Amino acid sequence: MDGGNSVFYSRVLTELTLSFHIIYATIGVGVPLMIMIAQWIGIKKNDEHYILLARRLARGFVITVAVGVVTGTAIGLQLSLLWPNFMELAGNVIALPLFMETFAFFFEAIFLGIYLYTWDRFENQRKHMLLLIPVAIGASMSAVFITIVNAFMNAPQGFDVVNGELVNIKPILAMLNPAMPTKVGHVLVTAYMTSAFVLASIAAFRMLKGSKHVYHKKSLFLFMKLGLIFSIASLIIGDFSAKYLVKYQPEKLAAAEWHFETSKGAPLVLFGVTDGEEVKYAIKVPYALSILAHSNLNAEVTGLNEFPKDEVPPLYIHYLFDTMVIIGSFMIVFSAIYVFGKIKGWTFITSRWFRRVIVAGGPLSIIALEAGWWLAEVGRQPWILYKYMKVADAATSSEHVDIMLMLFCILYLILGVGSIVVLRRMFRNNPIEQEIADRQAEKGGDLR
Amino acid sequence: MNLEILGISVLWLFLFGYVIIASIDFGAGFFNAYSVLTGRQHVLTHIIQRYLSPVWEITNVFLVFFFVGMVGFFPKTAFYYGTTLLVPASIGIILLAIRGSYYAFESYGSRGHKGYSFMYGIAGLLIPASLSVVLTISEGGFVTITNGQPVLDYWRLFTSPLTWSIVVLAIAAVLYISAVFLTWYADKAKDVEATRVLRKYALIWAVPLAITVVGIMVELKNHNPEHYGRMVDLWYVFAISALMFFITVWFIWKRRNYGIALALLIGQFAFAFYAYGVSHYPYLLYPHLTLYDSFTNEAMALSLVIAFIAGLCLLIPSLYLVLKLFLFDKEYVRGKENGHV
Repeated sequence: MDGGNSVFYSRVLTELTLSFHIIYATIGVGVPLMIMIAQWIGIKKNDEHYILLARRLARGFVITVAVGVVTGTAIGLQLSLLWPNFMELAGNVIALPLFMETFAFFFEAIFLGIYLYTWDRFENQRKHMLLLIPVAIGASMSAVFITIVNAFMNAPQGFDVVNGELVNIKPILAMLNPAMPTKVGHVLVTAYMTSAFVLASIAAFRMLKGSKHVYHKKSLFLFMKLGLIFSIASLIIGDFSAKYLVKYQPEKLAAAEWHFETSKGAPLVLFGVTDGEEVKYAIKVPYALSILAHSNLNAEVTGLNEFPKDEVPPLYIHYLFDTMVIIGSFMIVFSAIYVFGKIKGWTFITSRWFRRVIVAGGPLSIIALEAGWWLAEVGRQPWILYKYMKVADAATSSEHVDIMLMLFCILYLILGVGSIVVLRRMFRNNPIEQEIADRQAEKGGDLR
Repeated sequence: MNLEILGISVLWLFLFGYVIIASIDFGAGFFNAYSVLTGRQHVLTHIIQRYLSPVWEITNVFLVFFFVGMVGFFPKTAFYYGTTLLVPASIGIILLAIRGSYYAFESYGSRGHKGYSFMYGIAGLLIPASLSVVLTISEGGFVTITNGQPVLDYWRLFTSPLTWSIVVLAIAAVLYISAVFLTWYADKAKDVEATRVLRKYALIWAVPLAITVVGIMVELKNHNPEHYGRMVDLWYVFAISALMFFITVWFIWKRRNYGIALALLIGQFAFAFYAYGVSHYPYLLYPHLTLYDSFTNEAMALSLVIAFIAGLCLLIPSLYLVLKLFLFDKEYVRGKENGHV
């Protein structure tokens, strides 16, 4: 049985599906919280603009949810279709969080349907806002549960292997694996961060296009503040993740940092290129890796050479690590300058070049998100179930994966283009000025 | 009752839920596209959109629930069905993806877009066709074990009359279920014109449905005599189902009791669906895989059951709320209020 090509194409197809899905999924996790905050502020301040912001966000959200749901269904089924041997084994141990994820998803779907169709139905906006709480909780909980499944793949536990059979299975222990806290935390806060920066980027874009409406100013300030908070949280939890890696998956961090020889006072490598062990053009920050790994200047960090050659992840994950960290740090500094400048009344933050950078912030955050996931996933190569099952043994034996890969490429292209076209049309044909005018006309009509 | 039976009964219930809800959804999409293409959308589109809009996302969850639960309770199915279903299930996913997203694009983004409504109408008919292949495969004879890996014989699958009868049955059932449901819904909305059209569809699609059911029994007798024998043992359940079918058609013919007709329709499919499932026992994939050798370990089964009960405590009240707000709210159904975001 030669599954060589199937393994490769299965990996490519899974990567393609997930890379596409996480853009919509991240927005799906983060935006309900943003809608909730906007509506809450609107009620608190009795400011119609924030209520409208919530409403417009919800409208666009429907389109991203639709694509998120269908691609999520795709990856859910593809797990069994492309990795049948893995699912057969892992299903015994990790089915519980998968199952709970569908409940969270169910819960979210029900209340989102209600929320979308009951605008203007309740006298009291607070009642309507209550519907958003299960939506936001459901969205975040499904991220929590699915990330637990992923964490289990990195740090499997909760079972014993006796003569090739899985015995003594403890589903709860499998869920509470050591990778879980940092993974779940990092996924959640980066989802909130990305959503906030994407929404800030939209507001800045409208302002660049010439809209002078105060609505965009309020929206921009709100999302930059939220983005700042969540990006700082991402940094802190990211630091915990590095410390987790040192303890449980040292080869991932070593490969990401091109740290070959075990040494004390290890430097952090930024940028550079490598061909084998030769690292060129890199900036080395002395002691930083030891600090990152152990919070201690002189701590010893295990190098890559300590590991068997066939268990070392590809070295290109260093570039992904750099991309993620650089963008993350940049967004913290940048949004801090904006928020601080706004309070202090600095004028350059309203300049065009500054707004252009805010517009870039949304796409940049998405790039960081992709880079982070690729780092996390490629960094545990060659394992699909760390130390238990290799990727090559898990893939399907079917010979048709390459054709399916092509079909899914076309599908994602159609969905990607379709969602962008529809979203653009939705907001271009109904700008905020128009909507406010419409609403006033409506209310006036009621009074007469 | 042991946990295996409990597990499969729960999953079967969710699959049944999906079959009914998705049928309404798929059929509605098709009728909608048909009326748009023939330039008569003013008759049907309104009533269909009112029903579908708040529930389209929930429909999908039933399917996800089923296959996640299947792998959870019966992990070995991932090995057997995962490998063999790569092509038909992938096509199913692609169609579901096109359908789901184009529905959202059409109803929230650009209303009345012909291309979008056409896409989701056609995709809705092809999905039951691609997914019903699973039922054919489960009858055995299409999967061989080569070098310890299951291999699907596509040629045999696509040349088998059983495959095509099940495909036709799936499509006819989708259109029939959907038409009966929408007849009731349109009648409730006091939309005389839509009721008239949908009633006609319901009567038309009852005919192929009845014919294919008989056809499948004949083919199954040759293909899998063991399964056929077990179905014959359960003849009285199928008889109840058939009786319900005739009463439904009778009521619709007589233009009365649409509500009872709908209840009987659900009863008809429930009886047939469960009798089919019971007669398939104990095989999940004949003759390679049974309920018992694929079942998960006890600890996982128990925690899944607990999670399931806890989940239902959340879901049932929420689903009730949806029904109360949209399906059984007179104001909403009749279209006095929209309140969409």
